[in-house]
Amino acid sequence: MKLSGAQILLKELQDEGVDTIFGYPGGAVINIYDELAKTDIQHILVRHEQAAVHAADGYARASGRVGVCLVTSGPGATNTVTGIANAYMDSIPVVILTGQVPTQLIGNDAFQEVDIVGITRPCTKHNYLVSNTENLAEVIKEAFFIARSGRPGPVLVDLPKDVISRVVEYKPPKTVKMKSYNPNYKPNVKQLHKAVKLIQEASRPIIFAGGGVILSKCAEELTELARKTQMPVTTSLMGLGAFPETDPLSMGMIGMHGTYRANMSTGHCDLIIAVGVRFDDRVTGKTDTFASQAKIIHIDIDPTSIRKNIPVAVPIVGDCKITLTQLNKLLDEVKLGNLKNKRKKWLDQIKQWKDTNPLAYGQKDIIKPQYVIEKLFELSKGNAIITTEVGQNQMWAAQYYHYDHPGQFLTSGGLGTMGFGLPAAIGAQIAFPDKLVVDIAGDASIQMNIQEMATAVQYCLPIKVVILNNGYLGMVRQWQELFCDKRYSCTAMAHAPDFVKLAESYGALGLRAEKPDQVEAVLKEGLGSAQTVIMDFVVEQEEGVYPMVPAGAPITEMLLV
Amino acid sequence: MSEDKHVLSILVDNQPGVLSRIVGLFSGRGYNIESLCVAETMDPLVSRITIVTKANVSGIEQINKQLNKLINVIKVHELTGTEYVQREMALIKVKAKSEYRAEILRIVDIFRCKVVDVGRAHYTIEVTGDEGKLQAMLSLLKPIGVKEIARTGIIALFREPK
Repeated sequence: MKLSGAQILLKELQDEGVDTIFGYPGGAVINIYDELAKTDIQHILVRHEQAAVHAADGYARASGRVGVCLVTSGPGATNTVTGIANAYMDSIPVVILTGQVPTQLIGNDAFQEVDIVGITRPCTKHNYLVSNTENLAEVIKEAFFIARSGRPGPVLVDLPKDVISRVVEYKPPKTVKMKSYNPNYKPNVKQLHKAVKLIQEASRPIIFAGGGVILSKCAEELTELARKTQMPVTTSLMGLGAFPETDPLSMGMIGMHGTYRANMSTGHCDLIIAVGVRFDDRVTGKTDTFASQAKIIHIDIDPTSIRKNIPVAVPIVGDCKITLTQLNKLLDEVKLGNLKNKRKKWLDQIKQWKDTNPLAYGQKDIIKPQYVIEKLFELSKGNAIITTEVGQNQMWAAQYYHYDHPGQFLTSGGLGTMGFGLPAAIGAQIAFPDKLVVDIAGDASIQMNIQEMATAVQYCLPIKVVILNNGYLGMVRQWQELFCDKRYSCTAMAHAPDFVKLAESYGALGLRAEKPDQVEAVLKEGLGSAQTVIMDFVVEQEEGVYPMVPAGAPITEMLLV
Repeated sequence: MSEDKHVLSILVDNQPGVLSRIVGLFSGRGYNIESLCVAETMDPLVSRITIVTKANVSGIEQINKQLNKLINVIKVHELTGTEYVQREMALIKVKAKSEYRAEILRIVDIFRCKVVDVGRAHYTIEVTGDEGKLQAMLSLLKPIGVKEIARTGIIALFREPK
């Protein structure tokens, strides 16, 4: 069968089960778009290529499938870089297809030429420049295989125009087998036995779960482990939803803005079972003093994550799901003793930390941002998919909404990309048309990809944008308040659009609340609407996120107000 | 923690851009490269990269793991701490005034190297050996006057069991 490169590409995409592409056309990819229109793959036309990657990323986070985006060469390709770096830091499976000038022009500084493979080498899991049409099918297969297997990540495929337009004899590629890439999924059994022994011996254990639990779809196995062993659970920002936060064993989030009990428990525990985490600096604080009394069992598919920042007693390289399944089985075969008695003192201590220093804020006659999130949690019955921008809005969304399910909290954890939330919400809403999707935003970060309101309205996506409008780059302002004697250098957003009118101009619904007693009504109306909605909450300007561990300080030393 | 020298022998896919991935990993993560050698192996689809780096114990563990994580890396051998042979080659252009010519040739003889180019005022010497030999040779030639030097960096292989 003779097919053009574009036809081969689309055939392979369909073969991979791709139903949606987020993209933006241009000269170098015009042939692909010509063929795309003949398929039943849905194309979402974003307004900026960065948003195409974030949307594909949000789609992948919510659905657990590979997100796909397609952009043209040159500026189309460079605009994706932030999105790619974002997906890379959070290990999200995304395939990015970029146009490229014809092979004979590469290196000539041709119009809209850029070495995107060179640019994205350090922020992709892998990338390809396809040099001839005969290799195309195989490269696409490999790209999807690499993106979704092992520790997932973004894979970029650069497609020169002549490779796409040439017609060749199409041979369906065989299944992917790569000599140099073969992720290890099965844990070492000896290490598992060591872990069981430590669990039996521990009197003050905790589980620390991260994004890896969500990526390997093992929230159930994790919950089983926690309940079986009566170990309290804290999660990283990326791990929110990996363990039901409404469960009594949940301690909430750990880290710089973690709960008092979660952070204190790491300082006093004698065992940490870390699952699918990488001990990021926002989690550990000062590494020398982190969990100084604890032995650590670290389960992760990526060997580089283990012993990178923190020494570990029992490293276990393997898929979290397979590992936890086997660990649970082994634990069934041994005696754990009377856990009710054994854990009582430890769980009481944690409860005491919770009671003395719960997450709290003072109510006033100005809207408190935390109150908005609490109300949102209540009115959405905890069932919304929440995306966030980055900064204070993100931390309050992490603290005051409670996540019971994986794939429910989509946030830019590693890179901290402002402008992530709205396009990610578009991706999530495409993946789950019937679910409530809410982007929790700040007045500054929403403006970084505000143009995607047009995308949301065009495709009738009933996304709700909650803007916590404090007129500042809130998180930087908070740091300036604490560490620069309130010298608010360049953090006041002195001029912002009228978000209600802005929503209306995009054809969306705009609502505003300026007093606490308006919050519930606005949320009810917004959440009840079938339209895309912006809800502008004018909140306390100088509210801070607490608890807070100053960067580089021990995690148990928190500022509480 | 003290930083020691480590010799890494890395088998990679022989494809464009692979060297750049390796070098980019070192620069991006703040590891250092003391020397680097690349060439095709017997299998034309595979290249061998020999890198000498300096790192402490946890540093070299990370370097190993990070290299293994690259898709195009087939195998990473750390040779340091094992039995291996290593060689480096240098071309040394020395000033050769008549009063030193005999002395230079004596040194060449003692070190069992070769003169590969001769001029009225210079010799170019080819020397092969481990780092110690090259250093010793250089320290003898320096007082005479070294004009230019080109070194390959280290290549190395495991010693097979006898």
